[in-house]
Amino acid sequence: MRQFLHFVRKEFIHIRRDTRTLVILIGMPMVQILIFGFALTNEVKNVRFGFVDQAHDDQSATLIARFEASRYFEAEGAYPDVQSLDKAFRQGRIRFGMVIPPWLSADLSAGKGSTLQLIADASDPNAANTLVNYADAIIMDFNRTRDETAAVPFRMQTETRMLYNPQLIGAYNFVPGVMAMVLLLVCTMMTALTVVREKETGTMEVMLVSPMRPMRIITAKAVPYLLVSFFNITTILLLSVFVLDVPIRGSLALLFTESVLFTIVSLSLGLLISTATASQLTAMFISLIGMFLPTVMLSGFMFPIENMPIPLQVISNIVPARWFYAIVRSVMIKGSGLAAVWKETLILIFMALFFGGMAIRKFKLRLA
Amino acid sequence: MNRLFVIIQKEFRQIRRNPAVIRLILVMPVMQLILLPHAADYEIKNINLHVNDYDRSTLSRRMIDEISASGYFRLTGYGTDRKEALQAIERDRADLVLTIPAHFERTLIREDAAPLMLEVNAINGVKAGLGGAYMTRLLRDLNNDIRLEWTGYDPMNAAALRTTHIFRYNATMEYTLFMVPGILVLLLTLVGMNLTAINLVREREIGTIEQVNVSPIRKHQFILGKLIPQFLLGMLALTMGLTIARIMYGITPAGGYGPIYLFAMVYMLAVLGIGMIVSNQAATQQQAMLVSFFIMMIFVLMSGLYTSIDSMPEWAKWITRLNPVTYFIEVMRRVVLKGAGVADIAREFRIMGVFATASITIAIVGYHKRS
Repeated sequence: MRQFLHFVRKEFIHIRRDTRTLVILIGMPMVQILIFGFALTNEVKNVRFGFVDQAHDDQSATLIARFEASRYFEAEGAYPDVQSLDKAFRQGRIRFGMVIPPWLSADLSAGKGSTLQLIADASDPNAANTLVNYADAIIMDFNRTRDETAAVPFRMQTETRMLYNPQLIGAYNFVPGVMAMVLLLVCTMMTALTVVREKETGTMEVMLVSPMRPMRIITAKAVPYLLVSFFNITTILLLSVFVLDVPIRGSLALLFTESVLFTIVSLSLGLLISTATASQLTAMFISLIGMFLPTVMLSGFMFPIENMPIPLQVISNIVPARWFYAIVRSVMIKGSGLAAVWKETLILIFMALFFGGMAIRKFKLRLA
Repeated sequence: MNRLFVIIQKEFRQIRRNPAVIRLILVMPVMQLILLPHAADYEIKNINLHVNDYDRSTLSRRMIDEISASGYFRLTGYGTDRKEALQAIERDRADLVLTIPAHFERTLIREDAAPLMLEVNAINGVKAGLGGAYMTRLLRDLNNDIRLEWTGYDPMNAAALRTTHIFRYNATMEYTLFMVPGILVLLLTLVGMNLTAINLVREREIGTIEQVNVSPIRKHQFILGKLIPQFLLGMLALTMGLTIARIMYGITPAGGYGPIYLFAMVYMLAVLGIGMIVSNQAATQQQAMLVSFFIMMIFVLMSGLYTSIDSMPEWAKWITRLNPVTYFIEVMRRVVLKGAGVADIAREFRIMGVFATASITIAIVGYHKRS
């Protein structure tokens, strides 16, 4: 045990002497959580829209004013004809357009009704769908208030309540997501590279002839990063609560324990990569290029997993961030207890054991 | 010129003699390009709905039938137990809870208006937004229907302003048309930038850079000699990616391949330059990786591929404007879907030209032969 502590101390000295890495290691998660927490949202809003007003009467003016007043749309400008509206679409200046028919006021007051053409840029299909829904709601409102004297019978009045996140704040979703990404990738990458580095520079030989058990040497490498992660978890949570206003509704102790568990999963994955590779280049390739996009896309914070095609749902099971993201979301935002996340927790424990065990096995094989 | 050629040859040899890395460079991005776009190919269907029906009338039953028949919702719970409904939401078994109050039908007939309550699990932003919107639309249609049936006349519809929808550029609402080129851009950036970022610092760490530093090779020759192989590798990767997009997803750019390749060349220079700057500044490969991970996170998440830039606050929009990935994704979107030509993306070309010139210059100036 004392030997082990010596090795841990050695690793600490490594890290402490490389102040720049340490600063990045600690500063980066803070900067990222702030940028992404404030900037990212799944909501579609402030979409630039253009219109062709063929009516130029009071009803068309009211209609346009209604769109401008909505938080979802922001008027880019009026276009003289459909061709110029088209051009604005192609140049990416607008993502939504409408063509207001001539004689709008006259037709409406004559009781004839009229038809408005809505055009959505469907290169992002979901956004287009959402926008059309928003627009329809605005038009419905427009219809209802246009003629207030006409009593509309049998009105079903739906009151919609957004649970857990009434203002649809993006940070509620992205803080857990970014937290999972940063913890996973930083820990995996760092441990993977440090061990391989010793191999590459030749110092590994020296350590292998020491009386220490090889696995302890490797574990000693992970300990400082565990502590750095401890620090990072704390700062991320502090920033989330006090700067981003994301609540911690569940137990703080549970959240912390789960985060440490997830860090251990990441560290053992890093150790596994490091024992299986011979150069930092390869280790980097696997831990960063190989894991980056799958973690972004398959952990559930960008795209809902339940709605993906089945093969991808299966693949997403092996993405560690998926389980941690689900845990953080439940504990932090919903305030659930261990009873709601025991399954995810078990999976993470299993992953830690599996990666760790594999790392030990691989390591012994190499010595043989 | 000759010296430059020698460096290029050396770099190629280094790449060739490391078959493990070649395999990773070729296989990993290809696999990701084949698999990952499907993640975004989600259709919001099967939204789990829990109904609390305290009315149990003809109308409430019809409402539930029509909702189930719409294909968007899956009825996962039905009852009159409020606690059960809330628990279903907490356990993620339900995304929406629709509450039909007691005497709903009677109130609607007698008082001309009756309330309904819709509760949305807003933790999953995408699902919440679309699910809530679908439900509201369904209920609205149903409302119009019964009004027409009961009165034979619907004042809401007769004299109203109606809408027609046109989904431009992607009438079949194919998600892959946008996602595949987008992911291709990300992979290209990821591979190009990280390989460059680790390249120079690797020589420094192993010590081979000393040999270069005492040779007569000029520093711009050295940097260019390192960039050109990466550039060619990037173009090869782009070609492979576009081929996969064509074969697997049937994507042929409406504006042709010309604009994409032209833009990709300028883009690649900018990205490789950034990688080289990171490599210049880093003391160890670990440091270089950490910094390029940081940059990649910002490049990827602030590019407008996953979340809309319009929704961001003003200061964040500035970050997206300083992000080269944003421009390439925008160019891809326009060329592939909207058929834009070189003239339509002239502005993006100019901006990327500035990026490329700046980053390559800084990379060359920032490299010192003296240790």
